[in-house]
Amino acid sequence: MKARSLLPGALLVLLVVAAALLSYLWTPFDVTTLNIRNKFASPDATHWLGTDHLGRDILSMLMVGARTSIAVALVAVGIGMGIGVPLGLLAAARAHSWLDELIMRGNDLVFAFPALLIAILITAVFGPGAINAIIAIGIFNIPVFARLTRGAAMSLWSREFVLAARVAGKGPLRISLEHLLPNITNLLVVQGTIQFSLGILAEAGLSYVGLGAQPPIPSWGRMLAESQTLISLAPHLALFPGLAIVITVLGLNLLGDGLRDWLDPRLRRER
Amino acid sequence: MKKRFRLPVLLFLATAISQAQAARTDLTLGMQLEPPNLDPTGGAAAAIDEVVYANIFEGLTRFDANGRVIPALASSWTIENEGARYVFTLHSGVTFHDGSEFTAEDVKFSIERAMAEDSTNAQKQLFANIDSVEVVDPHTVAINLTQADGNLLFNLAWGDAVILDPATAADAATSPVGTGPFVFDKWVQGDRVEISRFEDYWGEPVRLDKATFKFISEPTAAYSAILAGDLDAFPNYPAPENLAQLDADPRYSVVLGSTEGETILAMNNATAPFDDVRIREAVAHAINREEIIDGAMYGYGTPIGTHFAPHHPAYVDLTEQSAYDPEKSRALLKEAGVEDGLTVSLKLPPPAYARRGGEIIAAQLRDVGITAEIENLEWAQWLEQVFKGKDFNLTIVSHTEPMDVGIYANPEYYFQYDNADLQALMTELAGETDPDKRLDMLQQAQHIIADDYVNGYLFQLARTGVANSKLKGLWPNSPTQANDLTAVYWED
Repeated sequence: MKARSLLPGALLVLLVVAAALLSYLWTPFDVTTLNIRNKFASPDATHWLGTDHLGRDILSMLMVGARTSIAVALVAVGIGMGIGVPLGLLAAARAHSWLDELIMRGNDLVFAFPALLIAILITAVFGPGAINAIIAIGIFNIPVFARLTRGAAMSLWSREFVLAARVAGKGPLRISLEHLLPNITNLLVVQGTIQFSLGILAEAGLSYVGLGAQPPIPSWGRMLAESQTLISLAPHLALFPGLAIVITVLGLNLLGDGLRDWLDPRLRRER
Repeated sequence: MKKRFRLPVLLFLATAISQAQAARTDLTLGMQLEPPNLDPTGGAAAAIDEVVYANIFEGLTRFDANGRVIPALASSWTIENEGARYVFTLHSGVTFHDGSEFTAEDVKFSIERAMAEDSTNAQKQLFANIDSVEVVDPHTVAINLTQADGNLLFNLAWGDAVILDPATAADAATSPVGTGPFVFDKWVQGDRVEISRFEDYWGEPVRLDKATFKFISEPTAAYSAILAGDLDAFPNYPAPENLAQLDADPRYSVVLGSTEGETILAMNNATAPFDDVRIREAVAHAINREEIIDGAMYGYGTPIGTHFAPHHPAYVDLTEQSAYDPEKSRALLKEAGVEDGLTVSLKLPPPAYARRGGEIIAAQLRDVGITAEIENLEWAQWLEQVFKGKDFNLTIVSHTEPMDVGIYANPEYYFQYDNADLQALMTELAGETDPDKRLDMLQQAQHIIADDYVNGYLFQLARTGVANSKLKGLWPNSPTQANDLTAVYWED
């Protein structure tokens, strides 16, 4: 069994996803109700992870925050795949044409801007909020998937089964969808997992600087930002959201590694 | 054995004594905001005055640490013509930092420059009653008013009324030249302003040789800078949550004082839904001030019920009139026909009082059925959208100018309150010189705006200063926007 990291990764991710899903039905406390008299409570039997500077239950906030993080990252990866993969297939199908050049240089252009810069640009124009954070992170994901797809598809275009399909009279669109896409799915899944964890980090970064989900919607990054000046007073305020981000990103990276080992046909043959 | 360490011990004692004798004469002072320029007569930003007021520039009169108006460049004055003409006698032997002499011509120039049609002075209303400035002789200047004005000496004490030299006034924004006890040295944009002692100062010489104003906007960075000893003082310390810790540390002293900062939940009186006084009253009763002061300011702040500073003699405590009463609030909303809920925008500038206070107020409003959608803005965006554009329902901001109840007489001001009675009262107040009548009018004004529930009145911002415990002479209060260093010294 080569995919050693698959199980622990999957378990960690499952834990976070389960917490996020559970938060739709139940959280220990309401995250929008403040209880200022009970601020900075240390972790105890009532508040498992303590309360924050406005007396909100940190566990509940982390659960709802997981929802924000996952939703933002998921949709952002969706945007990246939804636009990037077709672009990559198109570029591969018309390799070395002006269209290929146009797509790939456009990708380079977007790639040249750091994600955070694009995000700040978008939120400066349209105002801060979760939706704009999603768009910003999504745009950053497009060139990643476009490049990956083009590279993988290009190498497949010269393979015998593609030639056979061309001889059989299939057009580039059908070949791309029926023969290329299924063959690069494993690559996309692995890359998707990695982009997902980067998306979680990007969302945390954006809300840390105040450009992500706006209060009262809890978000991990903002929880960290707010606990900054309080770290010597109540370290648990920064500790738990920090741990939540670490667990999620670690889980996703392990899962990504595991999936790569598991799905890679070359490695599978060795098994 | 004993002999061996005698010499080092003596040396150690000698250095310790010499260090103790020579008290420090330099100062690094932290400020949260950097001034956009250094000309107090050409900008509204409080940070300008916080650097230059009383340090680089002086006016005819000035505020002292307690907010009293005392003589500055004018040694004395007489009031003639039933309060419509003020004759000021100026100090002689006063020079500007570039060596040129200060005379009555400079006074005439500065006031006329501030009054001019194309002037960029942020507080032009201070000069509205001035008809003409007359040079009687080089050391006597008379100000003729259009009507008697009891506020003139107060108005002239503002940073916006300081005296500049005609030769250097145009460059004051980047290289200010005044008559004050400190000379401007350099401004490293984004970092600091350095000033040093003016050797030819006309008044009592200052005890500091050098002072640096360092700009640190992040509360966390401010806290670290204080702990690391990079800053000797932070007069408006931005992170109240750390104060208890700093106070417990013998190296620092925490000074609590009052400010002129009325922190309000401003409502846009000109547009729905807050053009309806019942809805404004409902908001007022939905607010729990104690919770806001405790949650956002860690207990530092005094509740207010109107737009007036509690330490002022004319203050009326009207907090009961808008006491926390969610039941009444719901009833009022029902009466106004919006019991099904109301969604409004709440635009918040960066300071902690606004951001944290905003979250608390949003929760309190949600409790009575008003959904306040929070939008966090940077100062530039806030000024553009809220202050200039008036595109908001609710916002939280602290009005730090002294005695600024007059803003309610201006229907163009961002919260757009338009009440003819109050406007008439303010006009009358401007012409009144009798102190008792003025007091009475100021109290009437407080009642009018409280009765109309113009804004939600939250609390008077506390001045929470942190300083090295050996540093003395900083103002504990903020009667005006200033960091007056003239009396600052290091204790041995």
